[in-house]
Order: sequence, then C-alpha cells, then structure tokens
Amino acid sequence: MSDTLLTPVHDEDGAPFWAYAARGELRVQVCADCGEPRFPPRPCCPRCRSFANAWRRMSGKGRIWSYVVPHPPLLPAYAAQAPYNVIVVVLAEAPRIRMVGNLVTGPDAPLDSVPPDRIRIGTKVQVVFGGDGMPRWVAERS
Amino acid sequence: MATAGATAGLKDATAIVGIGQTAFARHLPEPEKTLACRAVLAALDDAGIAPGEVDALASYTMEETDEVEVAKALGLGDLTFFSKVGYGGGGSCATVAHLAAAIATGQATVGVAWRSRKRGSGPRPWRNTAAQLPTPAQWTRPFGLLRPVDEIGMLARRYMHEYGASRDHLFNVALACRNRANQNPAAIMYERPLTRDMYMTSRWISEPLCLFDNCLETDGALACVVVSAERARDCRHRPVYVHSAAQGLPSQHHGMVNYWNDDPLTGPAWTAARHLWKHADLTPDDIDVAQIYDAFTALIPLSLEGYGFCGRGEGGPFTEGGALEIGGRLPINTGGGGLSEAYVHGFNLVNEGVKQLRGTSTAQVPGAAACLVTAGEGVPTSALLLRS
Repeated sequence: MSDTLLTPVHDEDGAPFWAYAARGELRVQVCADCGEPRFPPRPCCPRCRSFANAWRRMSGKGRIWSYVVPHPPLLPAYAAQAPYNVIVVVLAEAPRIRMVGNLVTGPDAPLDSVPPDRIRIGTKVQVVFGGDGMPRWVAERS
Repeated sequence: MATAGATAGLKDATAIVGIGQTAFARHLPEPEKTLACRAVLAALDDAGIAPGEVDALASYTMEETDEVEVAKALGLGDLTFFSKVGYGGGGSCATVAHLAAAIATGQATVGVAWRSRKRGSGPRPWRNTAAQLPTPAQWTRPFGLLRPVDEIGMLARRYMHEYGASRDHLFNVALACRNRANQNPAAIMYERPLTRDMYMTSRWISEPLCLFDNCLETDGALACVVVSAERARDCRHRPVYVHSAAQGLPSQHHGMVNYWNDDPLTGPAWTAARHLWKHADLTPDDIDVAQIYDAFTALIPLSLEGYGFCGRGEGGPFTEGGALEIGGRLPINTGGGGLSEAYVHGFNLVNEGVKQLRGTSTAQVPGAAACLVTAGEGVPTSALLLRS
C-alpha cells in the first residue's frame, strides 16, 4: 500500500492528455474531421466515426458542477488530508466535458487547502498545474 | 400461458421456483466457494429439483467461484448454457434474465443463478490500487475519488442541487429499509432500529452521503432456480413468473462516474425501464411492491424516476409520507435491502421479490401480485418484473 497520492495510470488513449498536462497545458481530444470534443479520450469519434483526432487547447476556465468531501476510511495518503474536496468541473468551451479534480488555493497546495464550507456548485474556477504535472483548480478571482 | 418460441418472447415463459440463501453476517467462517454451494443446494431443495438436473448456470463476472467449481462440487449434470454478467451489482437481475432467455429458447431446462461474496470480512475492492475498476481510474482516482461512495456522492450532490432533494429524503429511504429489516430475523440489522437523530448525527463517509446512506458489508450467498412455466407447475412452491426482463446500458453512459454525457442524472434505469415496460402487460401503477437496488440511498430516488413511478426530479418528494413503507404508495426492499438486510450485490432483492409473490415475506404486502426488482442504478444495469 502506497503512502503517496496515486499517480495517473495512463492508457494509450489518455497518454497525450498527461503529456500536455506535464507542460502545463489543458488539452481535450477532438475529432479531426467533425471537430466534436470527447472525454475521456477514445479511438473513434462517437458522432462521425472518424479515427482521426487532435488535441485542442482549452482556456482552463470552468465552473464547479458538483463536489464531494471524502472522509476516512481512505487510502493512507488521502486519509492524511481528509476531509478534502473532489470537484467535477464543466469546461467553459465544452459544456459536455466535465473533469474530476480538486479545488485548491494554489498549484501545489494540499487537497484540503480550501475549507469544504467555501465550496459552491457554480463557482468559476481556473486550471493550474502543480509541479507533479497534475491539473488542479483554483477559484477565479471575481 | 405463453410458450417458448421466436415470437412469444420471454413474457411469463419461465418462472423462479426455488430460492436459497446462507446466513448473513459481517464474518462467516466458511469460504465463498462453500457458501456458493450451500446457497445453490438450498435453492434446488426449495424447488424440489435434483442437482443432476441442472443444465444452466448464471452469475456475475465478479463472482470468484466459477461454473466448473460449482458444477463439480454439487454433482450437476451436463451444462449446456452458462453465462456471467458484468458491472457488479448491475448484473443481479440479468443473471435470471439470461437463464430465462436460455430456457425460453430451448438452450437449457433447469437454470441456477447465484452470488456468493465475503464483502464483510474480505478486503474492500477500492483498496487495491492496481485493479482497473469499471471506472477509468486515471481520470478520477489520483484526485481522491477513490470509492464507490465518492463516485455516487458526486451525482447525489448534483441531484440534490438541481431538484432540491434533501437529506430527509435520503433518510426516508434508509428508514424504510431499516424498518423492514427490523421485521426480518435473517437481516443483519434485525434488532437495530434507526432514528432520524441517529441518521442526522452519524459520521460522514463522503459528503453529502453519511454512514447510513451506505449499504452493509456482508458475507453471504444466495441462489435461485429458473425453469419453464410448464415445469414450474410441478415444483414445490407457487411459481413466480418472469414477466419481463431487461438490461440497460444507455448511449454514452459511463459506469459509476457518469459525468461525461448530456444528462448524467438519467442513467441505466431509464434504458432498462423502457424495454421492461414495453414487453410487459403491466405499468408502474400495477406494481404492488418493489425491490430497488440500494448500495446507496441516493440510488432510490433516481430509480423511482427511471422506472416511471414519478417524474424527473420527483424522486425525493416521492419518499415523503411513508410512501416506501408497508401500506405506502410503493413499499420497497421488504427484507431490508442492501442497506439493512445484507449487501450481496443485490441478489437478496431477487429472492425477496420471490418471497413477496409467494406470500412468505417477513414484511408481506397483502395480496402482492407484481413486483419490480432492479439491479444497480449508476452502472450498466438490469431489471425484472415478477408476477405470481
């Protein structure tokens, strides 16, 4: 049992996402023929059945669609930060694409850096990338 | 009575004629394989059918005891049909549905479906970080969305936000299940009543879901026997007919983490329901009692909507005024369900449906003649309409 946070176990479809994330870019797979974005990434466009795809850069802006606050029992590294938040973010440019992440105070802040009672559905958020290449989200300054 | 044939379909062509179960407990000393054998034998004995007559088996892909082991240990005959259904608790009703289809089309004559699981004393599946669960783990688990309760809690929060469903609505679900368990000596929560104060002050597991929104962790096994309607008339108990059966995997659905389509709050229940009712002579108004998959309380309002007992967003208010209790609009989970009888991936809901239609439930709905049984909402699912 690992005492560190889990790192993404990439598959072939998802690997480009993480390669871009490591460079601080939030990109989403889109169909190279019809332009339809899709998430999670997959080999074929469910709209036009094209196998050609590209990775479109997103602004990184979105809104919180939902969230949970997990409490133990959890894996040890997560229990150490619990209760923490997990949010689902709707991307501004692609409202059907929702990404799981964490609302934090800064790129390398812990998962519990925002008090749970400060989280609201609908809050505007902006992606940030930590030193570990993981996309996280901070509240947009209004 | 419909006979098997290309155009007759499944309607009333087969019946459940035997049910069996082991004890339920947080820890049972015997291994899963032994428990599986005991449940299958109990179901065959209940039906009055010899093990050597069994020629079909069905279970879950997550079942650890395979057909070869069950057939060898119990001295079953030559098997001509065996099937396993995926997606955990979404497969419960489909095991019966696959047997019904096999028997109705002449692929087999006596089928047994079962589930044996030591989830109470065994490891929690989510602790195995190497396992690729149905969830696409790379998109969720590093962020701490680790457990089924976290994944469903996310949908529950959104559901409560969009429709104004409350924790009191979820409590109504937990209470109905607990009240029925308090009538069922075999239930784990038989002698443990639940109060609103206990619910509202219990510890969080994944906000907005608390301890009592979560199912039990149980060791136990169950099985049932399916035969043709003709054969059923010669068995020990009143036949319980498989009136309609369906599986459901909606377009663009994603099991457990259904965040990635146009309408995440409609799930597999809607797809299964359309097929189920299309092939039935019954409507939701004809259902006397329902066994609705309850790994989490929040699945009940969603399922009530999906199976057509109320409209979109009305699943919370539906639970008010004792609607889910005996004597209410729709008594549910009359053995206590996964929340309070036992969590064996929903198989106890199948057997409880049979008990209701035999008139032998510990919380009998007077004159129950039609029962809906569902598998897990939030994963590729299945459902049965049973009638006496």
